[in-house]
Amino acid sequence: MSPLVVAARAGLNRGRIELRQSFTNAETLWGYLFPTVVLLVVMVFMRGAKVPGTEFSLGAQTLPSTLGMTVAFGGLVSMASILTVEREDGTLLRAKATPNGMFGYLISKITLVSGMTFVSVVLLLVPGLFLFDVLALDTVGAWLTLAWVMLVGMVATMPVGAVFGSLLSNPRNMGLIMLPMMGLIATSGIFYPITALPGWLQAVAQVFPIYWLGLGMRSVLLPEAMAAVEIGESWRHLETLLVLGGWAVAGLVLAPMVLRRMARRESGSSVAARREKAMQRVT
Amino acid sequence: MAVTAGVDTPTSTASPTDRGVTLDVRDLRMRYGSTDVLTGVSFTARRGEVLALLGPNGAGKTTTIEILEGFRMRSGGEVTVLGTDPARGDERWRSRLGVVLQSWRDHSRWRVRELLAHLGSFYAPYSTDRISRPWDTEELIQVVGLTQHADKKVGQLSGGQRRRVDVAIGIVGRPEVLFLDEPTAGFDPAARREFHDLVHRLTDIDDTTILLTTHDLDEAEKLADRILILAGGRIIASGSADELSRRISADAEVRWSQGGTRFVHSTSDATGFVRELFAQHGEDIADLEVRRASLEDTYMTLVRDHESGRADGATRAFEEVGR
Repeated sequence: MSPLVVAARAGLNRGRIELRQSFTNAETLWGYLFPTVVLLVVMVFMRGAKVPGTEFSLGAQTLPSTLGMTVAFGGLVSMASILTVEREDGTLLRAKATPNGMFGYLISKITLVSGMTFVSVVLLLVPGLFLFDVLALDTVGAWLTLAWVMLVGMVATMPVGAVFGSLLSNPRNMGLIMLPMMGLIATSGIFYPITALPGWLQAVAQVFPIYWLGLGMRSVLLPEAMAAVEIGESWRHLETLLVLGGWAVAGLVLAPMVLRRMARRESGSSVAARREKAMQRVT
Repeated sequence: MAVTAGVDTPTSTASPTDRGVTLDVRDLRMRYGSTDVLTGVSFTARRGEVLALLGPNGAGKTTTIEILEGFRMRSGGEVTVLGTDPARGDERWRSRLGVVLQSWRDHSRWRVRELLAHLGSFYAPYSTDRISRPWDTEELIQVVGLTQHADKKVGQLSGGQRRRVDVAIGIVGRPEVLFLDEPTAGFDPAARREFHDLVHRLTDIDDTTILLTTHDLDEAEKLADRILILAGGRIIASGSADELSRRISADAEVRWSQGGTRFVHSTSDATGFVRELFAQHGEDIADLEVRRASLEDTYMTLVRDHESGRADGATRAFEEVGR
């Protein structure tokens, strides 16, 4: 068997093992459950409110949007933070010291982040379907759309997340990603229809993947009529595919270069230097 | 050998390995900005040899080992590890090396057996007729003495046990060359002793070339067949601990008192000097003491001088006796 196939298989295996570990660890379990519970509670409180110009529950409209947000969060934030943490603690250097280890490592992170994102989506989607009768996932078309929106969404966000993770010097700088993320979420029509925002903010939000992931998820779960309150009064599947595809291509071109540059700098002494720095902060 | 740049001809890269030379370093130079860290390091190592790169902190040991590991680019000189320039080593070359890294908190959720089996699986395609890769997980766990802890999570292990995991990871691919950078830094004496035993066991099992760095002479003496003393960016002395001692002990210090006054004299011919002393002053001589400078004394002087920024003195002491 070719060494690359072996490494890919080892990477899949590693991703699977680490996904399993994430269910038995208090910290990661909290990471799955806490945002889910908070979002569900928020949506229950928003249940009575109506989407402007309709009789549709704002809470029910928010649920699919947050699914899109979850996919974006997994790809951008989880990927970036895992990379910075594992670069600091030397996991990445171990991969580098192993034949085809970096390749296997990347496969494992894609597997892990996809798995984590999938679990987070399910955790939100299943109770959501019970909470809001108006949401439906009962056609093959809806399932297919869900599948491609998730898939393209992950491909669009994970490489970009990996680029961010490579550029951050240490995990304590994750705020540099979190703050703009929060700003984007606020302007991307996740918790309130984007059409309520000024035009220029709408334009900005439509450059980034979060809005399109929210829109794609709404197209899956909301009744067809709700397309009327979106920009262009349509679900704009083609545009969704184009924008997310654009991010995917940009990320896939950029990520290997940035990752390679980052990996090249890793050595025993660079890990030791970071350890020293991190220890000084602790004591 | 004219393997400076560009194309490696098969003959020129194959010949060193044929003679059993696994590491070949010639005039290795490294410069960071305007600071020269290595100013011409040269040494070779043969299959099965254990080499210790000994020197004070900041002497360039880590830089040297990282260049050989292929983790750092050099500024100049020729380096081959297993017949290949580390700067151009491919994954097959990588599979023949082992690097013992200092773990910190990586893989803390992994179980020992699980982690070793996982990392070992990458080496399977690189098995050869002579060396079957990777090391069998159970056997490896036994070799490093972790049988009782094989199902524990790495994060639950003690510091000494984690270092065993580090060693196990370093050798899981049955390397032909193994690198250890400051392997016992931060160890208590018991853990250090255990670790030394482990390294001795490794050298007995496989015909692995081991290059380790240390700033501790005692450790170098215990582990290495050959010690390379690195100071001021180059190797100022090399040889077995015995050979180095013999070279150094050429100089001795004679102390005595005469009429209540204490005297100290440094000489290379202590016996002759003392004979002369007695011939001249006879019974006036008291408190006679002849002390040969040990390897340790000379090395400690070197470290002290190096750390206070005056590397030349002790370096010269080594050089003079080395000639």
